[in-house]
Amino acid sequence: MQTSVSVKNLTLAFGAVKVLEGLNLDVGTGEFLVLLGPSGCGKSTLLNCLAGLLEISEGQIFISGKNVTWEEPKDRGIGMVFQSYALYPQMTVERNLSFGLRVSGMPREEIEKRVARASEILQIQPLLKRKPAELSGGQRQRVAIGRALVRDVDVFLFDEPLSNLDAKLRSDLRVEIKRLHQRLKNTMIYVTHDQIEAMTLADRIAIMRNGVIQQLDTPHAVYNNPVNLFVAGFIGSPTMNFLNGRIDGSTFSIDALNIPLGNYKFEKDGVGKLDGILGVRPEHIAVGEDAKKMPFQLDSEIEIVEPMGSDTVGWTKVAGQSVTFRCSSDIPLAPGQKITIGFDPARGSLFDAQSGVRV
Amino acid sequence: MTAEALDATGFAGPHGAKPKQLSWGRVGIYAFLVIAALFFLVPLYVMLVTSLKSMPEVREAHIFNLPREPTIQPWIDAMFNACTGRNCTGLSPGFWNSVKITVPSVIVSIIIASINGYALSFWKYKGAEFFFNLLVFGAFVPYQVVIYPIIIGMSKVHLFGTLPGIIIVHTIFGMPLLTILFRNFYSSLPIEIFKAARIDGAGFWQTFFKVMLPMSVPITVVAVILQVTGIWNDFLFGLVFAGTENIPMTLQLNNMVKTTQGTIQYDVNMAATMLTALVPLIIYFVSGKWFVRGIAAGAVKG
Ligand SMILES: Nc1ncnc2c1ncn2[C@@H]1O[C@H](COP(=O)(O)OP(=O)(O)OP(=O)(O)O)[C@@H](O)[C@H]1O
Ligand SMILES: [Mg+2]
Repeated sequence: MQTSVSVKNLTLAFGAVKVLEGLNLDVGTGEFLVLLGPSGCGKSTLLNCLAGLLEISEGQIFISGKNVTWEEPKDRGIGMVFQSYALYPQMTVERNLSFGLRVSGMPREEIEKRVARASEILQIQPLLKRKPAELSGGQRQRVAIGRALVRDVDVFLFDEPLSNLDAKLRSDLRVEIKRLHQRLKNTMIYVTHDQIEAMTLADRIAIMRNGVIQQLDTPHAVYNNPVNLFVAGFIGSPTMNFLNGRIDGSTFSIDALNIPLGNYKFEKDGVGKLDGILGVRPEHIAVGEDAKKMPFQLDSEIEIVEPMGSDTVGWTKVAGQSVTFRCSSDIPLAPGQKITIGFDPARGSLFDAQSGVRV
Repeated sequence: MTAEALDATGFAGPHGAKPKQLSWGRVGIYAFLVIAALFFLVPLYVMLVTSLKSMPEVREAHIFNLPREPTIQPWIDAMFNACTGRNCTGLSPGFWNSVKITVPSVIVSIIIASINGYALSFWKYKGAEFFFNLLVFGAFVPYQVVIYPIIIGMSKVHLFGTLPGIIIVHTIFGMPLLTILFRNFYSSLPIEIFKAARIDGAGFWQTFFKVMLPMSVPITVVAVILQVTGIWNDFLFGLVFAGTENIPMTLQLNNMVKTTQGTIQYDVNMAATMLTALVPLIIYFVSGKWFVRGIAAGAVKG
């Protein structure tokens, strides 16, 4: 895979505070990369560095093979879409779309052609004569995407483009962005803190924390093989169950309870004995009949039941530690009910309790 | 549910809109407001009726009476015929001088201040904060302190007592407040609009003229009102810097009212004063709505 955007040893400091330090990132041509992380971890900062809106302190940025570290935003071959739309309020949609092209002195016919194409792709032809104030949030964001589209750039940067929209519109526009990516095949870098958006859109997800990329991998790998406790806890809803105990060769013991680890694939052989944390996703815990087929089973009592519609989340205890599980809403559950739960430890994740790193 | 009687509408207890009560506090507030309004309106009323009377009627000294035979002759005299010493031109030369001073001063100061505010908000260069703090400080410097140095500076460049000189002085003294006004307005705009313009390839001036300026109408109206009233009503700078050729209307009014020989023409003086106050007054009435909107502009996101 050819790289489209390449960040080498990027450091960015606001005064004495280093928000990003020695960050490296390679994004392939045509790839959809999602930057995911909690608020304030530096996602927008990284995006602004790529766009050239922030002057970096150290390192290099390459876009489409060109060193753009010192280039102006307009010369980097990027388009950017902001959470707050950032449309020019006094211009019509048409002039919003064409502003960049007019500034660059492009011939009129070419501008018209590009605006027509972008408005066709985004289905905003009827809105061309309106001002941004006369548009709904979803329409505004479409225009904002169009503004990046007309510039015919290699790389699209999105900074939480859907965060201002309501849930329904968000999922509609999410699909539309995915469709757009499949049609244009541009490189897209997309910032969000919505993990559904990240999982559904991304070819690869970069999970950030405090300006450091924790894990950069496919949604599947990030979900199933989180590299540390942070990633494990950040991805998935309801969050992964964490059981504190002790790893001893091929068993995980919580006080008197021994959980055989069976086929669990350790990162490296011979971990020996150490304090560990066993992470199990709620949806990997089976109840009732299904539990009987699992390598590890346990009888317990339901404490709380949360019906979600499509499925039900139940709360119970394993060796005194709270555990949630998710099952079909067809299974009748009630607080106080005795049930059997079961899971396959091989599908879980084991972490070193000290460092939080996957073992 | 026992003693509570149902009223005509069939509800028991409080329901619907709460009835308004006139408390003593309210009465006090209204009384204060009425007195405050009278305090300003009564003199204005006296001036207006006096200016519409002829001199014999004025001498009757019924200052609150409406004019028996209303006449606008005092207004015409004040504008064109009244004498300042031996010079009987009315206020019209002063009026035109004030126009010549006010219009360029307002335009130049607002253009410079809006560019300043824009640069301070969006192009954060080294020392921008320091420069801004200096301006804020400048807004509090008493005029009298700096007048003498400016006189010397102005005469060094041969602008003392000239039209460009007084325009420059007004521009300089308007700068701190206007720059703060524009900076705060631009700072309240979403920074993303500026970023979008940069990505679209617009430079410093293109972003200013094509993106920011069209959004600045409300704050510009506020600035125009502040500057027009401030400069039109100015007396001190006109006295010191304008020179005898360019004395503004306020100054001429003062000279005219003070140097009357023989009988004091109250009707003409009143008319002259009203005429001088008319321009700021018109500006207020025409743009009052815009003014309020501009002051509140920080709360309105584009
Ligand atoms: N102009 C600035 N000056 C100083 N610190 C800043 C500035 N901009 C951002 N920061 C800091 O940099 C860190 C990263 O900010 P950034 O906006 O990149 O977060 P983010 O990951 O985009 O968060 P969110 O999800 O809330 O948008 C934050 O701790 C923030 O306080
Ligand atoms: Mg952000």
